[in-house]
Amino acid sequence: MDDEYALVDGNEAAARIAYALSEVVAIYPITPASPMGEFADAWSAAGRPNLWGSVPRVVEMQSEAGAAGALHGAVMSGSLGTSFTASQGLLLMLPNMFKIAGELSPAVLHVAARAVATHALSIFGDHSDVMAARATGWAMLCSGTVQEAHDFALVAHAATLRTRVPFVHFFDGFRTSHEIGRIDPLSRDDLRNLVREDDVLAHRRRRLSPDHPTLRGSAQNPDVFFQAREAANPYYEAVPTAVADVFDELASLTGRRYDLVEYAGAPDADRVVILMGSGVGAATETVEELNRIGERTGVVTLRLFRPFPAAQLVAALPSTVRRIAVLDRTKEPGSAGEPLYLDVLAALAEHGRTGIEVIGGRYGLASKEFTPPMVRGLFDELTQPLPRRHVTVGIVDDVTGTHIVPDQSFRVPTRATQAVFFGLGSDGTVGANKVGIKLIGRHTGQHVQGYFVYDSRKAGAVTVSHLRFGPDPIRSAYLVDTADFVACHQFSLLDRMKVLDVARPGATFLLNSPYPAEDTWRRLPPEVRRQIQEKGLDCHVVDAYRIAREVGLGGRINTVMQSCFFALARILPAEEVAPVLKAAVATEYAKRGEPIVERNQAAIDRALAELTPLCVPVEKEAEPGALPEPDLEPNFVRRVTRRLLAGEGDLLPVSALPVDGAFPSGTARYEKRALAQEIPIWDPSICIDCGKCAIVCPHAAIRVKVYDPSGLDGAPEGFPHKNFSGPELKGSLLTVQVAPDDCTGCGICVDVCPAISKSDSSHKSINLASALEHRDRERPAWEFFERIPEVDRAAVRSDTVKGSQLLQPLLEFSGACAGCGETPYLKLLTQLFGDRLIVANATGCSSIYGGNLPTTPWARDQAGRGPAWANSLFEDNAEFGLGLRLGYEQQVDEAHRLLAQLTPTVGADLVRAILDADQTTEAGLAAQRERVTQVRDRLAAREPGDDVQRLLELADALVRKTFWIVGGDGWAYDIGFGGLDHVLGSGRDVNLLVLDTEVYSNTGGQASKATPRGAAAKFASSGKATPKKDLGAIARAYGDVYVAQIALGANQMQTVRALREAEAWPGPSLVIAYSTCIAHGIDMATSMSHQKTAVASGYWPLYRYHPSPAEGARPFQLDAKRPTMPLVDFTRDEARFSMLERSDPDRADHLMRLAQADVDERWHYYEQLAAEERSLPTTGEP
Amino acid sequence: MTDLTTMYLGLRLRTPLIASASPLTGRIDTLIELVEAGASAVVLPSLFEEEVEAEAWRLHHLLDTHTDSFAEASGFFPDFDFGDSGVHGHVKLLGAAKDAVHVPVIASVNGVTPGGWTRYAETLADAGADAIELNLYAVAADAHRSGVQVEEDYLKVIELVRSRVDVPLAVKLSPFFSATAHFARRAATAGADAVVLFNRFYQPDIDLSTREVRPKIELSQPAELRLPLRWLAIIRAQLPGVGLAATTGVHSGFDAAKAILAGADAVMMASVLLRHGPRYLARIESELEAWLIQQDFQTVGQARGSVSRPGTADPTAYERANYLRTLASYPRPTR
Repeated sequence: MDDEYALVDGNEAAARIAYALSEVVAIYPITPASPMGEFADAWSAAGRPNLWGSVPRVVEMQSEAGAAGALHGAVMSGSLGTSFTASQGLLLMLPNMFKIAGELSPAVLHVAARAVATHALSIFGDHSDVMAARATGWAMLCSGTVQEAHDFALVAHAATLRTRVPFVHFFDGFRTSHEIGRIDPLSRDDLRNLVREDDVLAHRRRRLSPDHPTLRGSAQNPDVFFQAREAANPYYEAVPTAVADVFDELASLTGRRYDLVEYAGAPDADRVVILMGSGVGAATETVEELNRIGERTGVVTLRLFRPFPAAQLVAALPSTVRRIAVLDRTKEPGSAGEPLYLDVLAALAEHGRTGIEVIGGRYGLASKEFTPPMVRGLFDELTQPLPRRHVTVGIVDDVTGTHIVPDQSFRVPTRATQAVFFGLGSDGTVGANKVGIKLIGRHTGQHVQGYFVYDSRKAGAVTVSHLRFGPDPIRSAYLVDTADFVACHQFSLLDRMKVLDVARPGATFLLNSPYPAEDTWRRLPPEVRRQIQEKGLDCHVVDAYRIAREVGLGGRINTVMQSCFFALARILPAEEVAPVLKAAVATEYAKRGEPIVERNQAAIDRALAELTPLCVPVEKEAEPGALPEPDLEPNFVRRVTRRLLAGEGDLLPVSALPVDGAFPSGTARYEKRALAQEIPIWDPSICIDCGKCAIVCPHAAIRVKVYDPSGLDGAPEGFPHKNFSGPELKGSLLTVQVAPDDCTGCGICVDVCPAISKSDSSHKSINLASALEHRDRERPAWEFFERIPEVDRAAVRSDTVKGSQLLQPLLEFSGACAGCGETPYLKLLTQLFGDRLIVANATGCSSIYGGNLPTTPWARDQAGRGPAWANSLFEDNAEFGLGLRLGYEQQVDEAHRLLAQLTPTVGADLVRAILDADQTTEAGLAAQRERVTQVRDRLAAREPGDDVQRLLELADALVRKTFWIVGGDGWAYDIGFGGLDHVLGSGRDVNLLVLDTEVYSNTGGQASKATPRGAAAKFASSGKATPKKDLGAIARAYGDVYVAQIALGANQMQTVRALREAEAWPGPSLVIAYSTCIAHGIDMATSMSHQKTAVASGYWPLYRYHPSPAEGARPFQLDAKRPTMPLVDFTRDEARFSMLERSDPDRADHLMRLAQADVDERWHYYEQLAAEERSLPTTGEP
Repeated sequence: MTDLTTMYLGLRLRTPLIASASPLTGRIDTLIELVEAGASAVVLPSLFEEEVEAEAWRLHHLLDTHTDSFAEASGFFPDFDFGDSGVHGHVKLLGAAKDAVHVPVIASVNGVTPGGWTRYAETLADAGADAIELNLYAVAADAHRSGVQVEEDYLKVIELVRSRVDVPLAVKLSPFFSATAHFARRAATAGADAVVLFNRFYQPDIDLSTREVRPKIELSQPAELRLPLRWLAIIRAQLPGVGLAATTGVHSGFDAAKAILAGADAVMMASVLLRHGPRYLARIESELEAWLIQQDFQTVGQARGSVSRPGTADPTAYERANYLRTLASYPRPTR
């Protein structure tokens, strides 16, 4: 049976074909297309051949622009080329797409279509990216299911060779790219039959070769350019027929029939909806049900979007059609209508079909749900006497009134079993469901669908898995809203989410409960108890964490919960459940070794034995009253943020959202997730006031405050404190406090705490303890701690580790991973400069934990000041940050000019004081702020005039601001390097902070040019063969750039010093910060102390390059000692290195020898640099 | 020409000189060098049950923890096959060693659970090991368990493995038995064909700056040979049918000669080869041969055990009386 079908997601379905039919594959990671590139890279590394028996060359480029360029060259060389992309990536390919099409070179781009960033970035699916590529001259083929993604991939590759017109094959990001389904895989014979050898040879013959030279890419003048552009017309005219031919041939081979335009529904339909992509499923289901109840409706599915098959579209419409709704999954503000709508109008007009009312609708932007009730609502709109010309589907537009009203009572019948699972990213729920749905497909022969929803957090992310399986093909490309089975894998989610809303009456409910079955009922939230009784749910509990722990699986409860699901869902005969699951586990974990298999198999037995029915009492639960709303929260938080946190974002109307994407900061504090099982508890008796615990905390969940003893007034009983030991602030008290509901329990603070009890070396000044036992005491302590006034910034020595940690962090409680190595640097920036900090943030992890809704960790101080943060794109961050700086500089100049002009009003002394102000210290900054207030006061007292208004608006610029351009290594070393280099060469006073995790962390650990030699990463799965780029060396080459390489875990003082020096340097500064990451495969609890090994082994040398104006100065300062251990002492603790050691020891050994040589050579070079005197001093003036 | 051949574990070896478990026997290139330099057999690095399992778990855990956690990343690492790590790594090494060298390859196992001992011993025997060495060592840290109980556990392991494995079986002992000779006899009765004296292991050290415990192991010194010498001699006399191998502190052909005189059938080395490289083994063999010639031994067999407890003029030299004398003759520290 295995050979008859495959259980894959859309990305794999497409990638299998793309790989088999390509010779050169140019890749670059971007969500949600990255897995296609990952598959190609892994297959190539494993030596898998393409259709013709050779192994395709897979090359990762520095950006999608680079990938498109490489693809362009590859196809011009006469090879078969492909690439994969989405969203901004496709936009970066546009210039080359015009070229490739203009040259009639066969090529295929597989696009997991995704929203293009506008007012905000979104990783989710819509057609705004492919619609932006309409003008490029590429043919466009749209698939709407996993099977179609597989089939159309072949059609695209076959048709491009037949027609010479390059093809974009696109499908809906996430909805299709990440949906797991059952497909009938195409055979190699199918591929051979459709991809004609003559076409391949013809393509080869056109290659660029000195043996039969031609010139491509000429420059043309007004005399011929136009004619030459029209010369390609016949090729485009031939495309629809060619694609139709391939569709026909595919049908004869596989029995699966597609057409350029397909119609389904009543032959005498009066109303029709036209659309393409995954939404076709919901539309078709709706049409079938509506027709069943006596309506006359139909759906037109467009397969080929470009060249637009106008004649076929018109021909597909029944003659009875009077009303059409054309749905576009994109928005083109200001246009007469969205693209497909306009194309349909034009097609009807050109082909003389009159008497039809056409309306255009926008739907599904950024994966907004598209369901039968919505389609029903749309058909209802078409029955109105005067249907609105332009509508939106799936939202409430209370501003311009465009939305259609869905018919919420409308349901389409299904024979499929539907199941929903609530879990955490870290508990393995999604992985188990991926395996589970494939198992069901394999063992029952049923059709299956698996779709997985994640929230935007990296630590403690909530996942919801939606599974369907049944006898019919599953077309429902939307979330399960009526479940036969609901599982909650985390007891704590019962409080946070409306887990049982989705359960149908009589459904089965499986709960992972830490309490015994008999004790579980009373522990359930009242609303859950009520729903269980009201819906008559069949409830079962299992203590999955205990079982997982006892069989040696730590916190991975996936196997336990999966076993219970199989037992309860009656998917298999009871006696087959254990053997089938055990066999599956043996296959699944064979690559991980026998002990892992055995532990999981033991978990299956235990789970099946310990699964217990929950006794539901008969007396009814009272309706719970509404919870009181917290009244201290800002309006926006109450109105919007709280709804988002409650999972009700879909219900927010248009009017609730900012029109331009500007959001208030400091909202993460309203989200109390209480993730940690253990939290750090402070023992003041041995604390040495060092601040290390606070400086390393990734989530600002450990805070230190120094305060006057009077600050203790009203403290909760036993509130811990000690006498502060610093030379300044004598007589003050110090408290170290954990934020018990914001801590992720990563344990880094405990690992770095140097204060060890003299009587017990396992007891430190900070110790992890059970959160369950300590939260009740720590919550009031934290609330009190927050009310203690912040220290006077001017009174603290912020140039020390200890001093810096007394300052308020303005990056707090982010959704970054537990133990994240990036956030401590950013948090430190906010402590040092937060009230005058402007951050330009490249897309990546930092833009996600920094700016992904529902909340942001960037915060404000008591005065309302705090970091101003913005993300433009991935590729342009340095330029974007420079632009922000230039704008500011201009405003400062203007403020100075106005000051000079208004000197009589402001006063000469005050003007002079402002212009001459020393703003290098906190005291100086405070004094300048005070002067600016005086200026405002004096201006306000005057008659308002233009100049006065201008200066009032710009006066804030007179207080020095600091500009930090922040991003990861993917940005700095690869996609944004050109801009970064230019900004470094600009001489301007900007600071660039590279959070170097040495991989593309956010998209799943693909190699960048920062990836070290010998490390295995995605896109370098056989171990990276080339060394890491020395970015600092490139920056140093300019001579006037301050450059530092830092590692907070290795040397905190050097980090503080480097950030302050960079900020103070009046020209460009580059700080490269070693950022430990989950993609390194290390124990994150010890990640900071592990950085010491990185430095001690010479892997990460610490230095500061301070271009000094003093003649004879030595600008290059090495801040680390000569390596004291071999590199392997560092690498052996990291899975990214050791995995290669295990899978390919010879190559690992070879690469490690080279990597050691890299370290030795670099150290030798740096030592020489450190001795070098600068012969050409620079003033550092921009 | 002196005849250096010896019988150990039923295997006819060209010389008594065996490369014992060390990083050098864990790689095929150095393994070949060892054999080219004269190793008559090799013992592969010990398969530690807890290490195999902990390592498998660690890697699995690191790779698995963040899999399918985020929308943008299904995982953070390429999909690797670790089937070859852990026990499979040992099996693979064993297979490669068998292909690469033509001397007997002895596989070593250190288990934790009875199931682990037998499973891994069987796995390695099935994979073609010429003999299995059971590396019997665990710290008897439980204050409620007596030495007798500890010994009983070991004996059960030997019996269990013996019942499952057909190839010759050696047991490598620690020097910490109350009655080493008695235990050696019982080990033989339980099914051991040979006894290896003694294993060396990581011992705790304390880092004074961090006050943390750091396990450490140092290369052996020639002086450490004294301990196995004593027990070789004592056991040789009492258990003539049991194979004996010396390990720990053999750093030259002369050290090897001493072990043979005390009764060793085979002499194992690791530290000296790690210090001087695999090729050093050739020199050790020449030294041994030269000494045998100089002493006019035609075969190793003649020398074996000739200075064992009954063979020596002063049998008590291997016992406590000698302890006192040795101390008394220890040179005073110079000021």
